[in-house]
Amino acid sequence: MSALSFAELCERVHARWPAVEAKRSDNGQPFLLVPATELVALVQWLRSDRELRFDALSDLTGYDLMKYPATPPSDAIAVVYVLFSYVQKHKLMLRVLAPRAACVVPSVSFLWPAALYFEREVWDLLGVHFDGHPTLLRIMTPQDWVGHPLRKDYIYPSEYHGVPHLREGQHFEHVPQREGDAVKAAPTAPAAPAKGAPPA
Amino acid sequence: MTDDPMMNALPGSTKQKAGNQLDEQIHLTAVDEFLAWGKENSLFYLLFATACCGIELMQAGGPRYDLDRLGMIPRATPRQSDLMIIAGTITHKMAERVRLIYQQMTEPRWVVSMGSCANSGGPFSKWSYSVLNGIDKYIPVDIYIPGCPPRPEALIDGVYALRERVRRYRTLGVRETVPHIVASADAAFGCHFGKGGSKQPEEPKA
Ligand code: SF4
Repeated sequence: MSALSFAELCERVHARWPAVEAKRSDNGQPFLLVPATELVALVQWLRSDRELRFDALSDLTGYDLMKYPATPPSDAIAVVYVLFSYVQKHKLMLRVLAPRAACVVPSVSFLWPAALYFEREVWDLLGVHFDGHPTLLRIMTPQDWVGHPLRKDYIYPSEYHGVPHLREGQHFEHVPQREGDAVKAAPTAPAAPAKGAPPA
Repeated sequence: MTDDPMMNALPGSTKQKAGNQLDEQIHLTAVDEFLAWGKENSLFYLLFATACCGIELMQAGGPRYDLDRLGMIPRATPRQSDLMIIAGTITHKMAERVRLIYQQMTEPRWVVSMGSCANSGGPFSKWSYSVLNGIDKYIPVDIYIPGCPPRPEALIDGVYALRERVRRYRTLGVRETVPHIVASADAAFGCHFGKGGSKQPEEPKA
């Protein structure tokens, strides 16, 4: 029993799941790109196989590919799973792409209960719907919050429960706002006071 | 009768001349002033901090700066506190809870907004979707203390400014409107306190 390298893990996965692609992220991190339809069967096998035994879900997070210089360009939401085996001492990263229009990924919380909170977070901030999650509620923002803040096309709120978000004369910089929200006091001239403003 | 000089220095001590006894023991004052004096010297503050400014608040309460010497003792429940120090970033979600806690405090109650975040959103004001730009949109604020974070000296300076406000508070009489005070910005850089940051600028006399 020993830790398997990524190449060895790939080999075993490929033998059973030919649709899974081995890839490398921009900074050289190897990962497996998994089609959403095969995710549940794959992780069940990864967890139960005697040689793999991924008994821990170290992390579950996500990011928005929109405006990201990816090849090919995509506007999908990626969900990232970091698995670890306490028995075999090896780890593996999986990614699933969920298209923006129908952003649904099966939940893995029935295998790793730790995913209950992670999935709520990804739902809250990125708007990925985890099918099969028992209580998919927001976890960071209030339940009646509008939108998913970490999406690149998120529209900033102008008020919450009647309390305006910005102070008089203040305006957001370089972020999308709702129709008609461009705060009246925002300067129209390009020579806006740039004092203290971070670079674009 | 005792030979202990400390005991003998106490007002009303048996060693003092009989003629002085009544003067030493009875003080005449107005009820309002007496109540204000009591309030001013026992500003119990709520144990409440939401972000990094809270660390400075803890410092101010610790042995080096020692808020206790001003009669300020942290209380763990809003029911027993007179003062709420908003120390840290307040999000919209938290602001509603802050208002709830404020409403649970008994009157008269005071609020000190400590640091840029609580004053105006601070470093988050232009980029954050969730941070409230200034707690004064939810609850009335008496004293604003600038700084990110304000040093304990600046907090103590703000407390002195607040004490002045409390001294002018009238329980029975007519309440004057006391303008809101911004505590000294000098003290934010931590060299002194009481240099006049807590004073209202006086009108030059003609
Ligand atoms: S004002 Fe500065 S130190 Fe205080 S809570 Fe905000 S970021 Fe932290």
